[in-house]
Amino acid sequence: MGKVVYEKSKGLTDNPLSYCPGCLHGTIHKLVAESLVELEVLDRAVTVASVGCSVVAYQFFNCDAVQAAHGRAPAVATGIKRVSPDSIVFTYQGDGDLAAIGMAEIVHAAHRGENITVIFVNNGIYGMTGGQMAPTTLITQKTSTSPFGRKEATTGKPLKVSEMIAQIPSAYYIERVSAHTVPHLVKAKKAIKKAFENQIHGKGFSMVEVLSTCSIGWHMTPVESLSHVENSMMPYFPLGVYKDEGEVIS
Amino acid sequence: MANLLTIETKRCKGCGLCAYVCPKKILELDMSNVNDKGYNPIKCIDMSECTACAMCARMCPDSVIKVERDV
Repeated sequence: MGKVVYEKSKGLTDNPLSYCPGCLHGTIHKLVAESLVELEVLDRAVTVASVGCSVVAYQFFNCDAVQAAHGRAPAVATGIKRVSPDSIVFTYQGDGDLAAIGMAEIVHAAHRGENITVIFVNNGIYGMTGGQMAPTTLITQKTSTSPFGRKEATTGKPLKVSEMIAQIPSAYYIERVSAHTVPHLVKAKKAIKKAFENQIHGKGFSMVEVLSTCSIGWHMTPVESLSHVENSMMPYFPLGVYKDEGEVIS
Repeated sequence: MANLLTIETKRCKGCGLCAYVCPKKILELDMSNVNDKGYNPIKCIDMSECTACAMCARMCPDSVIKVERDV
């Protein structure tokens, strides 16, 4: 027997993922699960699942979980963290959930400086409901509700959530990472781990935005969608740390 | 003994991301095989070339691949 270099994390259950082939949700789930296992907090972790493709994330993370109403995951996480401060509470939300209907909840969770971790998966589209335009959809990007491409004149420019949340005084740590290549995955895991460490040490609100794909919604193959992240999303959504130790990094 | 890739073909969705990130290009979809989900699962075509870098396994969204290095 050789030395095991990589195997499925104990932080994930054996349930087959409900995501489409090539969806990076699965890859991001692995980063979260591995971080929880490595920090030895899996047994006291609580997932707050959102609404969207990741609505059944509670079936995949091998820890306690609650499924919140659409966009309300940070509010539910606030309640859990306050009554059970020893729990490591994280929300796992998409851009349709966090950046659209749940904008008030995320802003005020950050505003109150809640000691929770938010994993924000940004793929610029509503995946679960059939590829509609989200606040983070890129200009000229075609979706089922912007069949001729998103137009700035009628729908504005895509929302830069990390930049926005970083301006909230009580937010502690905000970083944007990507999951489209293995080197980016290594950085993404480091960021996610740091966000959990912040919570363990009681530092306050941490959010990691992860650029992801939706090959079905984007009408691309899984491999083409990786290039789309690199060539189209990353220029508009620059990667990097936007806030660390409560200080805005410009 | 060579490095070992254990591919859980019944969970594979045939997205091909592992084949895309493999630096040795030794992974490809097995077009002669269809799993219970209806996908062509991935297979390794030349195990002797594998360096056990585990890039395939890290990228795989469905945690299909286990990598062991010969020591």
